[in-house]
Amino acid sequence: MSDTLAPFLAATVRTAVPLGLAALGELLVERAGMINIGLEGAILAGAFGALVGASSVGGVGAGFALAAVAGVLVAAMFALCVIWIRADQIIAGTALTLLSVGATGTLYRALYGSSGAALRIPTSEPLAMPGLASLPLVGTALFAQPPITYFLYVIAPALAWWLARTHAGLALRAIGERPEAAEAAGIAVERMRVLAILSGGVLGGLAGGTLVLAQAGTFAEGMSAGRGFIAIAIVVLGRWTPYGVAVGALLFGAASALQYAFQAMGWDLPYQVFLVVPYLLTLAALAGAVGRARAPAALGRSLEPRR
Amino acid sequence: MATEKAANRLLATTRTVSRELVLTTVVAACIAGATALLLLVVGFPVGRGLAALWVGSFGSWYAFTSATLVRAVPLMLTGSAVALAFRGGVLNIGGEGQLLMGAAAGAGVALAVSPSGVMIPVTIAGALLAASIGGALWAAVAAFLRVRFGVLEVISTIMLNFVALHVVSYLVRGPLQEPTGIYPQSATIADALHLPRIAGAGRLHVGFLLAVLISATFGWVLRHTASGFRLVATGENPTAAASAGGIDVSATTARVFLLSGALAGLAGGVEVLSVTFALYENISPGYGYTAIAVALLARLDPWRVAATAVLFGALEAGAGAMQRDAGVPSTLVSVIEAALILAVVVAQSVRSRRQEPDTGAQMLSVDA
Repeated sequence: MSDTLAPFLAATVRTAVPLGLAALGELLVERAGMINIGLEGAILAGAFGALVGASSVGGVGAGFALAAVAGVLVAAMFALCVIWIRADQIIAGTALTLLSVGATGTLYRALYGSSGAALRIPTSEPLAMPGLASLPLVGTALFAQPPITYFLYVIAPALAWWLARTHAGLALRAIGERPEAAEAAGIAVERMRVLAILSGGVLGGLAGGTLVLAQAGTFAEGMSAGRGFIAIAIVVLGRWTPYGVAVGALLFGAASALQYAFQAMGWDLPYQVFLVVPYLLTLAALAGAVGRARAPAALGRSLEPRR
Repeated sequence: MATEKAANRLLATTRTVSRELVLTTVVAACIAGATALLLLVVGFPVGRGLAALWVGSFGSWYAFTSATLVRAVPLMLTGSAVALAFRGGVLNIGGEGQLLMGAAAGAGVALAVSPSGVMIPVTIAGALLAASIGGALWAAVAAFLRVRFGVLEVISTIMLNFVALHVVSYLVRGPLQEPTGIYPQSATIADALHLPRIAGAGRLHVGFLLAVLISATFGWVLRHTASGFRLVATGENPTAAASAGGIDVSATTARVFLLSGALAGLAGGVEVLSVTFALYENISPGYGYTAIAVALLARLDPWRVAATAVLFGALEAGAGAMQRDAGVPSTLVSVIEAALILAVVVAQSVRSRRQEPDTGAQMLSVDA
């Protein structure tokens, strides 16, 4: 049993890490009352940034750094559209995802050749936590992972604490519920929102970097493969809390890992069944069937036009 | 008196048409300019790239009909779907999923029967009807969730897009898989059930006429009918529509959603019966998402959607030619499409700051 279970758990965590990073980024944005469906674009840009960083500048560190920069770049454009121009968030997000798909695809072929010969780049090696890594069953899955995984372990509780226990966190949540009231209470709504979007961009970029540097070891066009949208689902499923997001990411990870586990065991069950379950759970959560899942009240609403 | 009125109307129409023509020219010039700039920046041959873009899209009658217009058909239908939904205050970004379910339903019907004689056109109509119903039912899930539980359709339709993709993935590996069971796709639809081609227009099929007719009809419905008015009123201000207009907002919202889904589903059905002739996973290269760009550039007007869809069809067709003939990655076109959306967004914002209150800007904002 454990020789199927251990790889299954490892695959679950591996899939969940980039999803979790991106979803935490989206969480910040949504708690500030916005939906950024350009997250998909930020992840893809991050993946491309990681490729450029790791292959041209050199090293995994440079890869992650450029991944974050690329994510922020896309996020900054989103902030520009949504906060400064007061564009609709869905439209801006759609445009930026499209832009990112086009720009990364074009630049990739321009920089690394048209045939797209798969480029091998330095990858982030697993780092075993002394002691913890030798735990039975979960040891390897949880504690013999690339450092970015441990970053996620730290950032999720840190965000939970920040949202619940700090003034800034409270301010962010207030903006997400009632931006006008927050404004009246003296909170710099626009600045907070811009910061939330940019932080979301960093996390989205790092998620893309994880795909390239800790998993695939190469870049492929469109390799984000809808993870930005899945991250949005995870935020809903996680009921807009960091711990919930962590669980949601693991659930989506498990669903996709189960597909391989079943294939490995030769069970003749349509694997799409598992892939669909998390989405159905998300829809159920939205409808209020799986506990209370209330979106921030101002979610997706454009700010008042400037005068 | 009457002649004066008619003359005035003619003058107004001429003015509108010429303004649209000027706008189209400006947009086309911007596209050419932006493409040239991009090619230059990324280091591809500018002249050869632009030439290929032209040759592949408008360069010949064959390219125009068989490449540009064929690609414009699904964009016209999904673009109209998005335009109607957005006008009615429904942010349906589930066009992709609705298209896939429509394609699956249409293919299912077309593969299930092998008719002859008069039953052939009936079956084709039945397959297209099934496609519309498939799309509408898929939209109905999100519509129900919104009307009953207030679920943001932006999120629910994204979820449903993924579910639809997995459903199609299952179908083409399960019940609808081709007889040899090797490839993840359905059997090929019988020749008799393919949509007839338009004589003298290469691979262009009657689906094009259907799409144009639908855009025209809905453009007219929005302008001149009571239900069109209800739709737009609900979209612009649901509270006012309910209290001052006595409009049943929930019912209107649900209807708009279903209609939008039906159109996207029809796009899938038409695609299966006229271009791909089989169901497989990657049947749509993101038509449901490109449709958002098409609808926005058309400023959510179904009449303009028809023209914008041709423009985007040309871009996609030209992109293929650029890649083949000049080695320019076809993804470059996505950058141009994105730039177009952003340009529209900026233009709208500038306009709404100059003249207030502008309904155009409010129309596009979400009502949570």
